[in-house]
Amino acid sequence: MKKIEAIIKPFKLNDVKTALNEIGIQGMTVTEVKGFGRQKGHTEIYRGSEYTIDFLPKIKIETVLPDNLVQQAIQAIIKAAKTSKIGDGKVFVSTIDDAYRIRTEEQGDSAV
Amino acid sequence: MNHGVPSTSSSGVFPVKMITFKSVRLLLLLPMICAMLGIGATLANAADTGASLEQRVARLEQASQPAAPAINTGDNAWLLASCALVLMMTAPGLILFYGGLVRSKNVLSTMMHSLILMALVSTLWMLFGYSMAFAPGNAFVGNPFTYFLLNGVGGAPNPDYSATVPQQSFMLFQMMFAIITPALISGAVAERIRFKAYVLFTMLWVTVVYFPLCHMVWGAGGYFNWASNGCKIPVLDFAGGTVVHISSGVSALVCAIVLGRRSGYPQEPMMPHNVVLSLIGAGLLWVGWFGFNGGSALGAGALATSAFAATHFSAAAAALSWAATEWLHKGRPSVLGAASGMVAGLATVTPASGFISVPAAFCIGLAAGIICYFAVTKLKARFAYDDSLDVFGVHGIGSMTGMLMLGFLASAAVNPAIASTFHANGITVSLAGGKAQFFNQAIAVVFTAVYAGGASFILLKLVNKLVGLRVHIEDEDAGLDLTQHGERAYTE
Repeated sequence: MKKIEAIIKPFKLNDVKTALNEIGIQGMTVTEVKGFGRQKGHTEIYRGSEYTIDFLPKIKIETVLPDNLVQQAIQAIIKAAKTSKIGDGKVFVSTIDDAYRIRTEEQGDSAV
Repeated sequence: MNHGVPSTSSSGVFPVKMITFKSVRLLLLLPMICAMLGIGATLANAADTGASLEQRVARLEQASQPAAPAINTGDNAWLLASCALVLMMTAPGLILFYGGLVRSKNVLSTMMHSLILMALVSTLWMLFGYSMAFAPGNAFVGNPFTYFLLNGVGGAPNPDYSATVPQQSFMLFQMMFAIITPALISGAVAERIRFKAYVLFTMLWVTVVYFPLCHMVWGAGGYFNWASNGCKIPVLDFAGGTVVHISSGVSALVCAIVLGRRSGYPQEPMMPHNVVLSLIGAGLLWVGWFGFNGGSALGAGALATSAFAATHFSAAAAALSWAATEWLHKGRPSVLGAASGMVAGLATVTPASGFISVPAAFCIGLAAGIICYFAVTKLKARFAYDDSLDVFGVHGIGSMTGMLMLGFLASAAVNPAIASTFHANGITVSLAGGKAQFFNQAIAVVFTAVYAGGASFILLKLVNKLVGLRVHIEDEDAGLDLTQHGERAYTE
């Protein structure tokens, strides 16, 4: 069982959601986040005062899925979120020890 | 203790007496100064007694020239107040109404769409707009050079339009209409148009659509102007059913279709970010509309009152009928629905307001609430266009309804002018309600819709070629406030 955390450009959320649904991903958690990678921030001027924007708005999608779906899901995310411009985001994969569905008390792959 | 009281009172009275005495002396001095000045003037005149008889006769003749048309201060006061009321409909009326209806990332850009037109259209109006709309010309447009830079538009009345107010007042009043009309369209392009494209489009639109249409319906010699000699088809449009609401409503529909839907529409909910702002805006629109319709009487007489009354009762009826329809149809009457009903009732009664009785206005309002409700909920969903803030559904459909109903409801008892003014081939024709007038009204509705819609389509294609109509999807997602104007309405 793996967890995928994908940081993407906000306007790509709908495309990524659709792409994941198409390969049979059942659920996901979405958070509005801020951050920077190699893109860094930039400076802006408003009414004469200059300020830097270090953290840019992004969307984080988290989804936990059985091992056999992981590669497919990563490819789907990359394909949907790619603009080939700086700031497209990242995908992180980590191992999950276990999962439970509260309502039915199912455990493991059947719970995600 | 006792001693102190009278001393205070006497010291209080004494200086007053002194002042009074001094002022009396001053007052006596004044007439003396005046008298001296008067003697001086008389002496100066006496030096002129040597003028010949011819000169004196010429002066007498000059003095007995027919006086310039008299300005009625009451009429002018009401017209100036109405100017301010109509401008208030744009800012802050429409600014708040539309600003509340969009998502929080697009508030400022939506408000700017109305705000910038106050500056932009006023400039065009001063340059050539007023002249294109109201200077003599042909049946379709006025000569743009006659009143170029408002040359000759001053304190003297223009009897073609209003014999009792300065032409400058009339010019100002009409300018406020020219400002709000393109501002109405902004509701259909909200949340996705490039600011550059918006500025270019609205400048072209008022020049190609608004100014000529205004001339046709209200200008001297206009094709549809029932009150003017050059008229070919007499059309009743008191305060802008065709010129303002159908032209902007249909253009809004064309804009919504050409521009395409907002990204995510209609799958994602796009809820108004602040209905409270919209309600304040709607209230200001209702109040301002008294100037819009009542002021269109161009005087402060009974006609202004009658238009005022028609406006009010139509808005009341439409708010009721929209809310009732929604209650029956959806199970709950929404607050924004009742406010939309108000605006629909106001837009619908606009062309009719100076020609109908109060019960007729109430009927028009009832119809407006029901018809516009279904235009906004059913028609829009059926054809899946994204008229974001329902400009077509409320203003376009509403005013078409009003124009057509007016064909039957116009009453010469309310507005005696329409009983006898229009002369066609030497025959005096009554414009008061009937089948013939209904068809005249229908022709104007179709003409306005086709002309405004067609011209908008061509202008949009042109602007798209020149600067591109839509923002990039990434900018649309981030919001127009940040990407077009570099600002946010609300800090996080």
